[in-house]
Amino acid sequence: MLKPRLTMWLVATLGLGSTGVVLAAPPPEAVSCAACHGAMGEGLPAANYPRLAGLPANYIAEQLHYFASGERQNVIMSGMAKPLTPAQVKTIADYYAALPVTMAAPAASVSAGLMARGEQLAVYGDWKAGIPACFRCHAAGGVGVPPYFPPLVGQSANYLSDQIIAWQTGTRTGDPQGLMHTVANRMTSSDTQAVVAWLAAQKPEAAVTMAKSEGGAQ
Amino acid sequence: MKSTPLLMSRLAGALALACVVCAPVLAQNAPVEPKSALNAALLTGATFSPPDIATIPKDEFGKVVQFGRNVMYDTKKYAPQYAGNSLNCVNCHTDGGAMAGSAPLWGAWVSYPAYRSKNKKVNTYEDRLQGCFRFSMNGKAPPLGSDVLVALEAYSYWLAKGLPVDEKVAGRGYPDIPEPAQAPDFVRGKSVYEANCAICHAANGEGRVVNGAVVFPPLWGAQSFNWGAGMGSIKNAAKFIYANMPYGQSYSLTPQQAWDVAYYMDGQERPQDPRWEGSVVVTRAKYHDNKNSLYGTTVNGILLGDTGAPKPFQPPKS
Repeated sequence: MLKPRLTMWLVATLGLGSTGVVLAAPPPEAVSCAACHGAMGEGLPAANYPRLAGLPANYIAEQLHYFASGERQNVIMSGMAKPLTPAQVKTIADYYAALPVTMAAPAASVSAGLMARGEQLAVYGDWKAGIPACFRCHAAGGVGVPPYFPPLVGQSANYLSDQIIAWQTGTRTGDPQGLMHTVANRMTSSDTQAVVAWLAAQKPEAAVTMAKSEGGAQ
Repeated sequence: MKSTPLLMSRLAGALALACVVCAPVLAQNAPVEPKSALNAALLTGATFSPPDIATIPKDEFGKVVQFGRNVMYDTKKYAPQYAGNSLNCVNCHTDGGAMAGSAPLWGAWVSYPAYRSKNKKVNTYEDRLQGCFRFSMNGKAPPLGSDVLVALEAYSYWLAKGLPVDEKVAGRGYPDIPEPAQAPDFVRGKSVYEANCAICHAANGEGRVVNGAVVFPPLWGAQSFNWGAGMGSIKNAAKFIYANMPYGQSYSLTPQQAWDVAYYMDGQERPQDPRWEGSVVVTRAKYHDNKNSLYGTTVNGILLGDTGAPKPFQPPKS
């Protein structure tokens, strides 16, 4: 397991021509990210800070762009993203995309009924309410589909819940074709609570390996 | 009842005003919400609801019903000996074949036996299911009495419980779509595809695969349905797309956009029609001689279907 990881580090750092390559250290651009998102991009569930490790590079870059443009509203991240040059965005995105995935802490326990509802929404959806399954676009197990669809597993319930609410209220936009906005607006607060609790409790083996896209790479 | 729309519009006006006053930033960044229906069922007039999945009986019959449902969702896993591409039944039958307007199995169950112009004979329900595997799945027909066929029948029957036998049941198949104002067009279809479909189905219709599992199905090419499939009819595809695509945004495309993008999808190369008659000209004359099939015609500089004899059946690699 060590060798592929080292290779990824090399690709992430050498490939971008960073100066002073030190194998175990993040690029200078990522130092301020690490303060909140953790040294290995593992996130800080207690503060609703998401994991960045293993997210698709394209997705991380898009989100930094949305924070800078205001399509995704967040006081801290907007300040962080605005000064970044496109080259810096790419360095940060590639660095975190190549880090191994660590799992977030499980959510606070909810009732069995709510967990069952969460599983139904994630795996099958609820078409009577116009809600497609999460996994239909975020892949079986919620591991994400590069380059556009981020992983859902390995994120905390708090972070996931914040995002659904942000889609509903419009403080997060930039979703292609309004896909998440449409789905989120069809979810009740109980649906949200159910699905994030279930997703946060999943620890499938597949999520530990980075989701590897084999088709439609762009 | 009469005052409801007025009330609604006043309410909407008040809300909009409140939004402008209190949260100008929000209004400025108002999310783009496509004008879409909740689901495909909405414009079909369907009144039938199949039973809740949670009520599948916990007995020997229920096990077979559940197996049928599993085949619908993960065809490669549960029916690998019959699946010849990377599609799953659920790709064309949303909600596991339970939803009106998305070719629900309950609608089909009460409509057979039936005469089909496709093969000019009365088909049983089993014949119809076999056709799905042969054409849409580019695979092999499960034999009569095989566990897969029996399970799909059991699941269909269970979904249709309480529904009168009547092939005119509302919600069956895909809902009708208005005729296009302009003849469907490849170039217009391409721009509809790029704006609405490519994010999931990828730039060249190849779909997307993660960790060996197909997430978004390929729409053309070697891993998609073959030339004999119903989805190869522009009209059928336009109906499906209008009611079901983009995913979760039913009826958000205009009918013209649905026709154009259906033409674009069906104007691409895909596996040979298994009813191949030795040449593309004869095969078109016998099975595709209608305006809804582009097989044997030249589209975008390619004579579609001119790819020789069908390739022998190969189960998909796991």
